[in-house]
Amino acid sequence: MAEYQLRRTLLYVPGNMPSMLQNIPLFQCDGVIIDLEDAVPLSEKDAARILVKRYLESYKERNKEILVRINGLDTKWALDDLKAILPGIPDGIRLPKADTPEIVERLDTLLTEYEEELGLELGFFKILPSIETAQAVINATAIARASPRLIGLAFGAEDYTATMEINRTKGGEELFNARMNVLWAAKAAGIQAIDSIFSDVNDMEALRVETELIKRLGFTGKCLVNPRQTDVIHEVFAPKQDEIDYALQVMEAIKRAREMGTGVISLKGKMVDMPVVIRSARVLRTARAHGMVDIIINEEDIHGAE
Amino acid sequence: MALNSLGRQIPESFAGKKLVPYSDPWSLQPHAERSTRAIRRLSHNGSKLVGGLREAIIASGLKDGMTISTHHSLRNGDQLLNDLVKEIDALGIRDIKIASTSIHIVHAELIPYIRKGVITGFECGVNGPIGELVSKGELDCPIVVRSHGGRARSLITGEIPVDVAFLAAPYCDEYGNFNGYYGPSACGSLGYAQVDAQHAHKVVAVTDNLVPFPAVPVGIPQSVVDFVAQVPKLGDPKKIVSTTTRITTDPIGLQIAKYAALVMESSGYVKDGFSFQTGTGGISLAVAENVRAIMRKGKVKGSFGCGGITGNFVDMLEEGLFEALFDVQCFDLRAVESIGRNQKHVEMTAGTYANPFNCGSVVNRLDCAILSATEVDVNFNVNVNTESMGYLLHNTGGHCDVAAGAKVSIVVAPSIRGRLPIVRDAVTTITTPGETVGVIVTERGIAVNDNLPELKAELIRRHAPVKDIHQLRDEIYAVTGVPKPIEFEDKVVALIEYRDGSIIDVVRQVRA
Repeated sequence: MAEYQLRRTLLYVPGNMPSMLQNIPLFQCDGVIIDLEDAVPLSEKDAARILVKRYLESYKERNKEILVRINGLDTKWALDDLKAILPGIPDGIRLPKADTPEIVERLDTLLTEYEEELGLELGFFKILPSIETAQAVINATAIARASPRLIGLAFGAEDYTATMEINRTKGGEELFNARMNVLWAAKAAGIQAIDSIFSDVNDMEALRVETELIKRLGFTGKCLVNPRQTDVIHEVFAPKQDEIDYALQVMEAIKRAREMGTGVISLKGKMVDMPVVIRSARVLRTARAHGMVDIIINEEDIHGAE
Repeated sequence: MALNSLGRQIPESFAGKKLVPYSDPWSLQPHAERSTRAIRRLSHNGSKLVGGLREAIIASGLKDGMTISTHHSLRNGDQLLNDLVKEIDALGIRDIKIASTSIHIVHAELIPYIRKGVITGFECGVNGPIGELVSKGELDCPIVVRSHGGRARSLITGEIPVDVAFLAAPYCDEYGNFNGYYGPSACGSLGYAQVDAQHAHKVVAVTDNLVPFPAVPVGIPQSVVDFVAQVPKLGDPKKIVSTTTRITTDPIGLQIAKYAALVMESSGYVKDGFSFQTGTGGISLAVAENVRAIMRKGKVKGSFGCGGITGNFVDMLEEGLFEALFDVQCFDLRAVESIGRNQKHVEMTAGTYANPFNCGSVVNRLDCAILSATEVDVNFNVNVNTESMGYLLHNTGGHCDVAAGAKVSIVVAPSIRGRLPIVRDAVTTITTPGETVGVIVTERGIAVNDNLPELKAELIRRHAPVKDIHQLRDEIYAVTGVPKPIEFEDKVVALIEYRDGSIIDVVRQVRA
C-alpha cells in the first residue's frame, strides 16, 4: 500500500477567482484542485495562470493537499501552465483527458525536468489522471501503472457521459461499468480511486445517496464543486463507532501478537492478519480525521518494526 | 474634552447637553424619578378621530422646538415619518427634534427638511444617507445614537421628553385601541412603540386600517391614546416585512455558523431551560438552524427565544424547542402571523427587552446570543455604527444591550470583507465594550475573551480552532495588509451613547 493520505474530498477551486483562492486554507476538505482548465474561460487563461502562480507562492503554511488541474497536454496552454505553477510547489497535477498511458508518461517526463531544475526530490510532484472518456476507461489498467507518481485515478463522469453521448442521471446506472473499471484498475495498481463531482449543489440528499454508493463500491473519495458538499461526504466516509471499536481491538491484538513473535492472531474467534490490520489502520486514521479518536497510527504499527 | 475608560475623547457637552463619559458597563446608577406626563380627562363620549395627519398635528398642539417620535416596526417600508415631516413643514413649524425608535434608509426623504430647519436634531440613531451626509459635514444636524434599551431608558427617565408620538397603527379602532397584527401594514409586534405610548406627552395613533370598535387583541390601549388619525397608507407592505428571511449559502458564512454552534454547545448552556437570541442575517439564521439540530438531538426543551423574531424562531417554538418567544419586532410574514395567533409568542416592550434601568430586563435572562459586527478590535470592542470610510451608517439596535445581558455573547463576522480586515488593532467607533463580548467567531478561528476561561478550555478540548485574538488579527493582516487610518476633523457630529446614558464614543466629521 502506498503512503496513506486522506482524500475523501477534493474541492475544485476556479483559478480565476481570487476570493475563492484566498479561502483555500479555510475549507474543510482534504484537498483542493485549483482549476486552470474548464472553470476558466478562454479569455482569462493567462490571467488565471498568473493569479494561481502568485497564490501558490504566497500560500506557505499549507494545511491540505494542493493539486492543480492544468489544461490538457494537447492544448497550447499546458506547457505555460506547468512553467508558471510548478515553482509554486503544488503537491501534484490533476491531468485532464488522460486517455492513454503515453499522455501520463509525457507529463511524468516534464515533471522530472522541473524537479531537476527546482532541486526537488525526483517523484515529488504527484499525478492524478482524469479518466473521463470511453477511451480512458478502456485504458484504465495501463494508465494506472503508467507512472510511480500516480496517487490515484479520478473518474470524470461529466465528460465521460458526454463522450458516450448519454445523459448523466442521479441514479448513476449508466456509470456503473465505467466506475468498476476505474476501481479495478486503481485497486490492482495499489492506488486510490476518486469519484466524479456531483453537480447539483442544492440536492444534498442525492449527493448522500451517490456518495454511499461509491463508498460501497470502493472509492476512497470524491471530487466536489462546492465547499458546502464537504460535510455530507465526510459524514458518509466517517467510520461507524463499532468499526472504530473493532479496529482498536485489532491494533491491540496485532501488537500483542508481535510481542509473542507472530504476525497472525485470533480475535474473538476470527483471524487477524495483515489485510485486517491495514483495513483497521485506515478506519482509525479516518476516525482521527473526523475527531472521533486521538490515536495516531504509524507505519510501524501497521507493519511492525524491522 | 475628557478621556473615557476606553480611551476615547469625549467632549464636555454636545448640542447644549452636558455629557457623562463611559466608565464601565455596570456601575452607573440612575438618580431619577420615572418621567411624568399630565393626566388628562377626555370629555364624555368625545371623539378621538381628528381626520388626517395635518389635523392630528394641529390637535396635538405641536409647536416650534418640540420633539416627536415614531416607531420603526414598519422598517424600510415606513411612509409615516416622511409624510408627517412634510405636513409639519406645510404648517410652518420649525426646529423639531426627532426621537424615533430608529431611522431607516427610506427616511432620506427628510434631508431637504433638515436643510430647511424643520428638523434640527435626532435623538436616535440613523441608518443610511442622513448619517453619511452628517459625517461628511454636508448636513448640520446633531445625532445621538442610542441602543434599543438605551432609547427606552431615555424616555422612561425623562431625559428625552417626547412631546408627541405619532404611532403607526396597522389595526386600530376609533377609540385608539390598536395592534400590529393585521391589516395591509401589519408588522407584528409593536414592542418599540409601547414605550412611547406610555411616556410621550401626547399620543396619536395613525392608521390606514380603521376597524369597528374594539380592535382586539389590544396591543396599545385606548386609555393612553389621545387622538386617532387616518391616512391612505402607512407604508409599503413589501418592505415592512420580508416574505422570507434566508439562511446563507455562502460556504464561509456556513463555516462561521458551524463554529458559533460549536461555541454554544461547548458553553454547556444548551440544555433544558436554554435561552437564545440571534439576528436575522444569513449567518445568524444558519447558527439558529445548527442550534435547532443540537437541541433536537439532545431533546432539549429551551426556555425562550428573544429579540427580532423570524419564521425560523417560530418553527422552533411550534416544534416545542422553546417555551416562549419574546418578540420586540417581527422580521417576516410568518412571525407576524404567529404573534397574532399564538399566546406563547409574546409581544415585549423595548423597555422590558433591554432597558438597563429597571428591575431586570429580558436580555439579563439570555444564555447565548449571536451578534454581528462591522469591526472588532483586539480588546473585543465591537463597532456596528460606522463603516470603512468612517461614515455613520448604522444604528446600534440591541447590540450593546444583548452583549451586556447574555451569559455568552458571540460575535459572528467574516474575517475579511472586500479587502478590509474585520479584526483590527482598534475599531473606528466603539458601539459595544469588549468587556461584555464573550467570543469572536470568524472563519479563520475563534477568539475567546479571558473572562470565559472554562469555555476556552472546553473549545480547545473539542479541537476547535481557538486562537488568541492578536494572532487572529495578524493572520488577517497578512492577507489584507494594514489599512491606512481614516482621517477625521475635530468636529463631533454624533454621539454613541451606551445603554446607561454615558458616552462610549463619538463620531467625528471625516476629513475630505
